[in-house]
Amino acid sequence: MADPVKSIVTPIRLEYDYTPGRATSRFLRGIARHCILGQECPKCHKVYVPPRGSCPACAVPTEREVEVRDTGTVVTFSIIRVPSENIHFELPYAAISVLLDGAGIPFFHVVQDIPLDQVRMGLRVRARWVATEALAPTIASIECFVPSGEPDAPWESFREHS
Amino acid sequence: MGETETGGETLRARHVLEYPFRRSLGPILERFFTGLTEQRFVGSRLDDGRVVVPPAEFDPVTAAALGADRLTEVGPGGVVTTWTWVGAPGPKHPLDRPFAWALIRLDGADAPFLHAVDVAQESAMRTGLRVKPRWAAAPVGSIRDVACFEAEA
Ligand SMILES: [Zn+2]
Repeated sequence: MADPVKSIVTPIRLEYDYTPGRATSRFLRGIARHCILGQECPKCHKVYVPPRGSCPACAVPTEREVEVRDTGTVVTFSIIRVPSENIHFELPYAAISVLLDGAGIPFFHVVQDIPLDQVRMGLRVRARWVATEALAPTIASIECFVPSGEPDAPWESFREHS
Repeated sequence: MGETETGGETLRARHVLEYPFRRSLGPILERFFTGLTEQRFVGSRLDDGRVVVPPAEFDPVTAAALGADRLTEVGPGGVVTTWTWVGAPGPKHPLDRPFAWALIRLDGADAPFLHAVDVAQESAMRTGLRVKPRWAAAPVGSIRDVACFEAEA
């Protein structure tokens, strides 16, 4: 009898064109100019980054565009130890949820230049951008976040997001 | 994210999402895939006497566990019970020319089995067509050990 087959590879693959829509397209074009754009909800005043064009809580369009800073606070994080084909960071690394200054919701990125056992909630970070000539309408224009050296943000300032 | 402009305000980018899962087979499906490497189809007998392929680990009606004693060989020939024509095969399809996806009831089985049928053109496909497997040159323990089915001579 042949050697028993103990497992099989069952790849799932989805290839598709993604259209981010007007609001997120403006955000991505902003990124290409070294500028992080959000949109503020006219009712609850939350600033969405990246903007999706509406506030899901209030069900109203978000038209007012606001620029947020490229500094922020780590509100939660995860240490990644599993390789992924499209991710070029050396393992293990820390994925962070970062609340940018001026933003009302955090978004995901990576923090570098800090030992993993020092990554923490409240850590202040700033974006490290790619070289100006390499800026493009993609989130990859922000290479990563690095510690800014400021004192940690108090828990009350981000408790809603952690 | 690669980006291509569509003009105007919105962007567009090609995204590829792929999970190369490896799943363990367990004692029942292990016999089905091992059988393919030996050019055999292994099915199983359910509580009501029907035979299904690939073999079932649990009875679909009574939910009872089905052991290795229920395994039984079926095929290799069979009959097309329904089919659909693929005029423009994609990169992951088993054939690089137009072919049919078919439900094939292997001889000795009571439920059909999905695989590709290689025929010269759509008009050669029909429900009731007798088919036999074309085995891959080098088996690896995958459903692709059956390269496709073809009409019996
Ligand atoms: Zn709102």
